[in-house]
Amino acid sequence: MSTIFRDYSSSDALQSDRSSGDRLRHRQKVRDAIRDNIADIVAEQAIIGRSRDTIVKVPLRGIKEYRFVFGNNNAKAGQGKGDSQPGQRVGKVPQPGDEPGDGEAGDQPGVDYYETDITLEELIDLMFEDLELPDLERKALRETISHAATKRKGYRKVGIRVQLDKRRTALARVKRKVALDHPEGEGGDTAVEAEAIAAVQAEPVGGGFVPIPGRFPFLKNDMRFRRRSEATDYDSNAVVICMMDTSGSMDQQKKYLARSFFFLLYQFVRTRYEHVELVFIAHDAEAHEVSEDDFFHKGESGGTLISTAYARALEVIDQRYHPALWNVYAFHCSDGDNMPGDNPRAVKLAGQLCEVCNLFGYGEIKPSGYFRDQDAMLGVFKALKADNFQAIRIGDKSDVWSSFRNFLTRDKAGLSTIT
Amino acid sequence: MAVPWTLRDLEYWDARIREKVAEFGLNCYPQEFELCDHTQMLSLMAYSGMPSHYPHWSYGKSFERQKTLYDHGVSGLPYEMVINSNPCIAYLMRQNSLALQILTMAHVYGHNDFFANNFTFNHTRADLVVETFKNHANRVRAYSADPSIGIDKVETILDAAHALSMQCRRNPAIRKRNEAEQKQVAMAGPPSDPFQSVHKRPVTQTPDLNRVPLEPEEDVLIFIRDHATNMPVWQKDLLTIVHEQMQYFLPQIETKIMNEGWACYWHRTIMNSLELPSEIHMEFLVRHNQVVRPIPNDINPYHLGLKMWDDIVRRHDEPSFDEIEEMQQSPQAISRPSGREAIFHIRDVDRDVSFLRRFLTRKLMHEMDMIEMEPEGDDLIVSRVSDEDNWQEVKRTLIAYTGMGSTPVIRIVDSDHGGNRTLLLRHEYDGRELLLEYAERTLRYVQQLWGRRVVLQTVLDDKEVAFSWDGADFEQA
Repeated sequence: MSTIFRDYSSSDALQSDRSSGDRLRHRQKVRDAIRDNIADIVAEQAIIGRSRDTIVKVPLRGIKEYRFVFGNNNAKAGQGKGDSQPGQRVGKVPQPGDEPGDGEAGDQPGVDYYETDITLEELIDLMFEDLELPDLERKALRETISHAATKRKGYRKVGIRVQLDKRRTALARVKRKVALDHPEGEGGDTAVEAEAIAAVQAEPVGGGFVPIPGRFPFLKNDMRFRRRSEATDYDSNAVVICMMDTSGSMDQQKKYLARSFFFLLYQFVRTRYEHVELVFIAHDAEAHEVSEDDFFHKGESGGTLISTAYARALEVIDQRYHPALWNVYAFHCSDGDNMPGDNPRAVKLAGQLCEVCNLFGYGEIKPSGYFRDQDAMLGVFKALKADNFQAIRIGDKSDVWSSFRNFLTRDKAGLSTIT
Repeated sequence: MAVPWTLRDLEYWDARIREKVAEFGLNCYPQEFELCDHTQMLSLMAYSGMPSHYPHWSYGKSFERQKTLYDHGVSGLPYEMVINSNPCIAYLMRQNSLALQILTMAHVYGHNDFFANNFTFNHTRADLVVETFKNHANRVRAYSADPSIGIDKVETILDAAHALSMQCRRNPAIRKRNEAEQKQVAMAGPPSDPFQSVHKRPVTQTPDLNRVPLEPEEDVLIFIRDHATNMPVWQKDLLTIVHEQMQYFLPQIETKIMNEGWACYWHRTIMNSLELPSEIHMEFLVRHNQVVRPIPNDINPYHLGLKMWDDIVRRHDEPSFDEIEEMQQSPQAISRPSGREAIFHIRDVDRDVSFLRRFLTRKLMHEMDMIEMEPEGDDLIVSRVSDEDNWQEVKRTLIAYTGMGSTPVIRIVDSDHGGNRTLLLRHEYDGRELLLEYAERTLRYVQQLWGRRVVLQTVLDDKEVAFSWDGADFEQA
């Protein structure tokens, strides 16, 4: 019997992506694993104000393939490099799962992903899923309709179809007809007349254009298009000032809640303004302007003076974001443990902030299990009467969305509707 | 690469190789070669080369992993992939050079001969393999498509079954006693002692004939399939499928060193006898040496296998003075086979464990600088080298991790432990401890399939411990 050779066929090769279904299932597993840890991941990753295509590395647990295996603390045999002596150090202890699997069903646990890459877009989707945002509202947040303002600026004879001004086009045709019907003077406008004749002559006669008796069709020359030009809208600048208490008591879970809130705010503001800037102010007993990374990662300790953050925010607004040119959105997250002596000053400065901001809010993050009567700052802020101020309490992730909606209803600029 | 080639070239060289195969007396299945590109090869690797295989997410994971490694240049692709079937199917990468294709084809005939003749492959039913796998795939797909089951439930069972698939009997040459035979053995008293009157009377234990299983059972999946209560038929079928596939792959795990060594021995012999054009021969030498080079601190089965086959041939054809003396004392002294005769016999009757035990000599171990390594903190330290006093210890360690030896032996001891249908498993401790995290998670799978509490006995830090999991609480006793 002779050997059979089956040649390569590119069409088979194209159809032979047989692992696609299993890859999909695997990806779903990865996604599930990510969603289970979404709070940790969002609290760890810098997501606010970054491009949607950014790829983030996500640590993973939960898709290992477990078997009964031996531990690493057992002796193994191998081949030395020649002349090995007892006691010689020859390498590192391999970690479980490091063994290269061979073609057959391996006898070692396969290598497991300890991290995987996903795009920020996917991560945001997962976060929305986790926060249980309604679909419709998710969409509103995801589509970043930048507010590009344009102005009318006269008419022209070429343009795109949507800009066609039908009324002026029809008028142009009528003008041409009138001019043609009265060839000799009679007070007629000779310029219009000449143009009308020229237009007919310019039309390619042989090119399929057959004049039908009794009809007077539109010609290309009759078309009038609206002309638009971009207008710089000074109102389209916005700045989001994120303030957060970074004292030791703010743990991962609280930071996750704070971060998702800031994120929603940023996304929302971005859908309404063309140019949005971000300012992060971290504070404990003093306030500093920091990068997003530091904002969520630098764990500070010591007392808490909320007023310092507000003072810093006012300073930043004064120096860089004048309210006449910028729409300012400020939000402050804290767990509410302020030094009691600082409260009056905090309320006073908050009042000042309300005057320069479109919207200013205070969110007290108290995951369930804390005593209600410790809502210290919420009580204090009751003294502050301003239409665009709102103090809210965020207990767990299900509160984030509802408090966010609540918060927006206070907006000066009337941005209260989301959908 | 160097020389462009066509299918005609492959056919020409295949015919030349087959002449040699016949001349050397290799006894192969009919051979089929299929050309594929690198994506197809990656797919084939994920599914162990099977043209048809049931779906499971772990194969997608395996594909993605291989592809990532390949795309980043961490690991290359195998030159070929060959499966144990009749006719023997092998895949060749179309991007490879002609020299590599010839080398690969010669190598494949070595594997083919090994599959067809080694005793461990007897039960794999090579002529039905492709159909069997296809049938398995169809069954699994049917369960996934069944609205009352669905892919999620199927994958949950497969996850658990995969975790336990390696917990099966290792040596197919040892026949498993059926229940009646087990009972007979249990009931038989100790052999009668002619010196009963002078010996101390042995303490006899009445055997518990109601215990299931009577003898500790190594085929975990099969035992659970046959004894779990309320297990739906489709779940039993999935366990059967996973078990059967593992039975098919088991011989390949058990003969990795012999098999690869054998294929390397024959591709080298065939290539050297083909009178290749010099540029092809040069490339062959380079590739061959890449494949059979030793890997520091590890075992390269290609290298070790080839070394041993070479050594066996040399000892028969050109024995040293010591070896002649040694051989004259052995029972085989009367009929001294030639090197070739000897290796053909060994290729039939051995598996890696016995192969190493019988033919890995102290001299060879010393020559290859075989060492035993022990972890010390994060570092690996050489604990023993193959010298006069220690070579047998090193060899023992090597054999302990050979083939299925790298999987712990777990046996089911009792299926009604404590009278409440608790499943009792025992890890046969041989000085090697289990990796606890993995053991704990795998135990959950056992419980998931068994449906009731499961207990695993093992040894940690020289103390007997038992872990128990009932679906809600993990306990250590």
